[in-house]
Amino acid sequence: MTIQSLHMQPSTRKLIKHLLLRTAFWLLILAIMLFSVFPFYYAILTSFKSSAQLFSIDYLITSLNFSNYQTVLSQTSFVKSLWNSLLVSTLTVAISLLFGLTAAYALGRVEFRGRGTVLLIVLAVSMFPQVAVLSGLFEVIRALNLYNNPLGLVFSYTIFTLPFTVWVLTTFMRQLPKELEEAAIVDGASPVVTLFKVFMPLLWPAMVTTGLLAFIAAWNEFLFALTFTLTDDQRTVPVAIALISGGSAYELPWGIIMAASVIVTVPLVVLVLIFQRRIVSGLTAGAVKG
Amino acid sequence: MASVTLTKINKAYGPVHILRDIDLTIENGEFVVFVGPSGCGKSTLLRLIAGLEEISAGDLHIGGDLVNHLSPKERGVGMVFQSYALYPHMTVYENIAFGLKLAKEKQQTVHERVSKTAEVLQLEALLERKPKEMSGGQRQRVAIGRAMAREPRIMLFDEPLSNLDASLRVQMRTEIAKLHQRLQSTMIYVTHDQVEAMTLADKIVVLNAGRVEQVGSPYELYENPASIFVAGFIGSPKMNFIQGTLVVPGSNQSQVSIAGAGDVISAVNSSRLQKGAKVTLGVRPEHLALRPATAQDDGLEVINVEYLGNESFVYLQHPCAEELLVARAPAYTSIRVGDLVLLDISPELTYLFDDECLAMPRTSLQERSREVGNG
Repeated sequence: MTIQSLHMQPSTRKLIKHLLLRTAFWLLILAIMLFSVFPFYYAILTSFKSSAQLFSIDYLITSLNFSNYQTVLSQTSFVKSLWNSLLVSTLTVAISLLFGLTAAYALGRVEFRGRGTVLLIVLAVSMFPQVAVLSGLFEVIRALNLYNNPLGLVFSYTIFTLPFTVWVLTTFMRQLPKELEEAAIVDGASPVVTLFKVFMPLLWPAMVTTGLLAFIAAWNEFLFALTFTLTDDQRTVPVAIALISGGSAYELPWGIIMAASVIVTVPLVVLVLIFQRRIVSGLTAGAVKG
Repeated sequence: MASVTLTKINKAYGPVHILRDIDLTIENGEFVVFVGPSGCGKSTLLRLIAGLEEISAGDLHIGGDLVNHLSPKERGVGMVFQSYALYPHMTVYENIAFGLKLAKEKQQTVHERVSKTAEVLQLEALLERKPKEMSGGQRQRVAIGRAMAREPRIMLFDEPLSNLDASLRVQMRTEIAKLHQRLQSTMIYVTHDQVEAMTLADKIVVLNAGRVEQVGSPYELYENPASIFVAGFIGSPKMNFIQGTLVVPGSNQSQVSIAGAGDVISAVNSSRLQKGAKVTLGVRPEHLALRPATAQDDGLEVINVEYLGNESFVYLQHPCAEELLVARAPAYTSIRVGDLVLLDISPELTYLFDDECLAMPRTSLQERSREVGNG
């Protein structure tokens, strides 16, 4: 190496540095993508394999074998658990949003003593790990006669999704201009009308976001679903998948489990795709002078 | 349309007293403006009348009914907010119709009223637009329309023009004045802009630190301010105040000694004061005539000259005044910064205040107002 090549033109050095940084940046992105997407990709890959192919390692889809999907969907208990999951998640979201919205109106817009304390208590509820409340909740559900009933799951999920919903909606509710509420009052609107006709349309983005998160949480929940249900026809999908077993105790039907997992994930992806258009900011534009 | 009567209205937030013993009568069809510096309680007073805040003590009557505990809707008020507060997800039509629909009016009636309102405010072409697709002036018109559509007994305006730019403000001011002439409804208007107050009001209420300082027509307030506060608040640029001593009290004319300016005659009735009492002389900038000082005169120094195109403001340093004196001069004035000038003050154009800031009655004014009355 000659001395001259060590002392490159400053502009050349700058260019090389720029290129190196660029490459490093894209390599990093690639690594992150690989880490996050690979497990899901591999699940899809496995779901298309026959049981004979299972233990050969491929990174590309070589053949499309739908037999696993056929097997899963032909099990009536699995289809039933899909419906259960849909019912439980939808009800959880609906109840969370309804209570969350009304609570957020009180906590965000009505002045009363102890408002901060109430908010803290609401937050504290969500701090307990699920296991800590499991036995207590089990007694409550038994007492309410909701054991082995999807409604019991709705009840228990709502306890965990509500604090989050209330907090997020309260934050958004506080940001809405006070004059808007006063204008509604002068127009003769009752608090209920103000909440549902004036505030709710403005809170759509926040509601869609929190609703989606609540839906995903309820859809994927496992521990409560396992504990509070007993029979196959009352189960939700996460438990149903975990309990899929093979022909003998020594066989784990990976292909079928993966096919079931993919089927379960698809509704979530579809939901996000549908609602992402509604998650738009700036919906309050034009209410007050910006 | 209705009259409004306030009797000993008080408003306190805990220990903080915002409004004290407000007594006020607003006639049917009158345009009343509440004016005052920020924090004087004018917006709070309006919100009390609207029913958005609770009255701590006192009685509020609208159209003869006690309305202290009624909701805004039951009081029959319509309100225009400073920030417009339009419902952003509704079209102009829906915004205006919202209150009517809540009042369970028939669809036919709703449609008629909205159309009529839109026609009055020239909003017909905008009915299907959303607030974010409109300019500030258009939004403000929609806000007025929304308040009007229910045909309230009183219309309330809370600084409706302060979010608009200067030229639009003048235009909207005229439109509001026209609207009042057309509707002949009782209107209460809050502003901190004394020009808006002077131009719009039948009656101005000047508020200061939670009290009514003076109530009167724009003419009364300008010509006969009750106190230094009102005298300083009404008129732009504000009135000049110079401390002095009363040398010769009188019922028709008074002589005041001003340090550095000698004795000045003021056409006021100061017979209630003793000789030697501390007084404040008030002169409006347009009534301060300037002439160049000669070498032996004890002239005032010109600190600044502001050229405004149609006129100039000349700022003078006076040894006894805390603030600079302002004089209104012709646009092409020969006075330059650093010049020494003398003041010419004609007696009938002065105001005089005692040491409690209360005004002495002006004697020349009575004659003049009689002339106005005769003519």
